[in-house]
Amino acid sequence: MTVISATSLDLTFQTNDGPVHALKDVNLEIGKGEFVSFIGPSGCGKTTFLRCIAGLEAPTGGEISVNGMTPDEARKARAYGYVFQAAGLYPWRTIGGNIRLPLEIMGFTKAEQAERVAKTLEMVDLAGFEKKYPWQLSGGMQQRASIARALAFDADILLMDEPFGALDEIVRDHLNEQLLALWARTEKTIGFVTHSIPEAVYLSTKIVVMSPRPGRITDVIDSTLPKERPLDIRDSPEFIEIAHRVRDGLRAGHIDE
Amino acid sequence: MKGSVGPIVVILAALIALWYAAAVPMNVKEVLTQAERDGAVVQPASAAERRDAGRWALVFGNLEHLGATWSSERSRLPAPHQVVMELWDSTWVEETTGRRGIVRSGSFSNRSLVYHGGVTLGATALGFVIGALAGVLLAVGIVYSRVMDMSVMPWAIISQTIPIVALAPMMIVVLYSVGLPGLFAKAVISAYLSFFPVVVGMVKGLRAPDHMQLDLMRTYNASKSDTFWKLRLPASVPYLFASLKIGIAASLVGAIVGELPVQRGGLGARMLGGSYYGQTEQIWAALFVAALMAALLVWFIGWLERRTLNAMGVPS
Ligand SMILES: Nc1ncnc2c1ncn2[C@@H]1O[C@H](COP(=O)(O)OP(=O)(O)OP(=O)(O)O)[C@@H](O)[C@H]1O
Ligand SMILES: [Mg+2]
Repeated sequence: MTVISATSLDLTFQTNDGPVHALKDVNLEIGKGEFVSFIGPSGCGKTTFLRCIAGLEAPTGGEISVNGMTPDEARKARAYGYVFQAAGLYPWRTIGGNIRLPLEIMGFTKAEQAERVAKTLEMVDLAGFEKKYPWQLSGGMQQRASIARALAFDADILLMDEPFGALDEIVRDHLNEQLLALWARTEKTIGFVTHSIPEAVYLSTKIVVMSPRPGRITDVIDSTLPKERPLDIRDSPEFIEIAHRVRDGLRAGHIDE
Repeated sequence: MKGSVGPIVVILAALIALWYAAAVPMNVKEVLTQAERDGAVVQPASAAERRDAGRWALVFGNLEHLGATWSSERSRLPAPHQVVMELWDSTWVEETTGRRGIVRSGSFSNRSLVYHGGVTLGATALGFVIGALAGVLLAVGIVYSRVMDMSVMPWAIISQTIPIVALAPMMIVVLYSVGLPGLFAKAVISAYLSFFPVVVGMVKGLRAPDHMQLDLMRTYNASKSDTFWKLRLPASVPYLFASLKIGIAASLVGAIVGELPVQRGGLGARMLGGSYYGQTEQIWAALFVAALMAALLVWFIGWLERRTLNAMGVPS
C-alpha cells in the first residue's frame, strides 16, 4: 500500500539572487511500513523534500500525496511526527513538558498525557529526566527528547531530518538500533535524512540518493538486508555491497556537474 | 554583588566631593551679599562690581567667607548635607512632630515627601498598569494583524516624538476640565509614556520564535491560540520584562510631568513649588525621592522578572 507518492515534483524558490531549483522532477513511491533514507550532498533538497511531504513547503509543480490526501490535509489530520534538523526544544518547558506539548494541543486527557510521556521517555532512554530543563541535558539527550516528542502522539508516519547528525558514533549506533527496534515494533513508515552511508544502509529498506543543482533523485536502492539487523551486520559482504552502490550513486551525482 | 560595592562607594564619594566643590562658586554671590549686609568686608565692596565679577574671582578674593556657601539659607546649589537635612525634616520630622503629621493627625502631612511621594507613586502605578496592558494588547494586534502592523506602529512612533513637557500641560488642563480626577489625568500621561517601550519590546518578543519553532506548531496543526499561549507568549517574556523596566521609569517621569502644571500635590508639584519660592533644597529633596522611587520600581520589576524566569526554568 502506498503511503507517500510523489510524481514529477518540482520546487523552485524565488530568492533575491534569482530562482533556486531545489527539487526537479522527483518521482518516488513509499509503501506502508517502509524505512526510506535520503542521502546526498548538502543543498540537494533532502530537507525540502521532507518538508514537502510534511506540507510545510508548497511544491511549484507536480503531484504529491500522503495517505491519499494532499500533504496539507495530512498535516491537518496529524498524520506524521516530524523531527527537525536541530532538537528545538522549548527552553521554558521541561523535557516532560516538551513531550507533552503535542499531546496538549491534540487534546489528550491529562492521564493519557502522563502515560504517554512516561512511555516515550522510556523509549528514548530518558526516564528520570522528565523534570529537567533542556539546558540541563547534553545535545544528544536533547535530540532524543525531540524524537520522543515526535513519537508521543503515535502518528503512523515519522519524518526525521538528520536526527543524529550531531551525535558521536557510539550514541549514534545505539540510537540507530533503538530506532530500528521501534520501527519493527510499530510498523511506522519512516522518512529519514542522513549524510552517513553506513547509517542509511543499516536502517533502510530503501535508500534514495539525491544530487544538487537542481535537486533530484539519481538512484533508488532497495535493500536486500533482512529485517532483523544486529549492529555487526555492517561487516557482512551484503552490507558492504549496498554501501558501494550508494557511494557510486553519490559519486555519479558529483561527476554529472 | 559584593565585588561591586567598592567601586560604587568610590564613585559616590567622588560625586559628593564634586558636589561640595561646585556649591562654593555656585553660592558665592548670595553668600557675599549676605556677609556684606551683616557688616563684613568683602572684595570687591560694591554690589554692582560683584555682579559683573567672575565666580572664581569672588571665590579666591573672599576665602574667609566661603564657609557659608555650604550652609546658606538661600543657596542656588544646596550642599549635600543640607539636602539630606531637608529630606529628613520633610519626612520623618514632619510626620512625627508636625501638626499635620501622621502621629498627631492620623494621616500623612501634605507638607511631607511621604505624602507627595505616595501621590506620585499612585499615579505612576495606575499609569503603568494601563500603559503596559495597552502596550501588550497593541503588540498582539500588530503581530497578528497586517492592518494593525501597518497602521498602529507609525502612530505609536509619532506619539513619542512630541515632547511630553509640551503636551502634558494641555492634556492635564483638558482632562481636569472634563472632570477627570487628578490621579487619572496623571495616569493618562504615565500610560502615554510607558505603552511605547512595551509595544516595541513585546512585538519583538512575540516575533522571537524562529522558523523551526513555528513549523513545529504547524506539524501539530496547532490553532492560533495554541501557538500564542504555548509559543509566542512564553518566548516574549524576557523581552516583556526588559521593556517593562523602561516603561515603569517612563511612567514615573510621566506622573511627575503631569504634576507640574497644577499645584495639587505630588513630587512634580514639590519640584515646581520649590522653584517658585527659591527653595532649592525642596527641589533636590523631591528629586532624590523620585530617583529612589525609580530605583525601587525598576528593582521591583527585576525581582518579578527573576521570579518569573525561574519559574520558567531559566538558570539564574
Ligand atoms: N526557504 C528557502 N528559500 C530559498 N531557498 C531555499 C529555501 N530552503 C532551501 N533553499 C535552497 O534549496 C536548496 C535545497 O535545500 P535543502 O535545505 O533542502 O538542502 P539539504 O539537502 O537538506 O541540505 P543539508 O544536507 O545541508 O541540510 C538549497 O540550495 C537551499 O539553498
Ligand atoms: Mg537539510
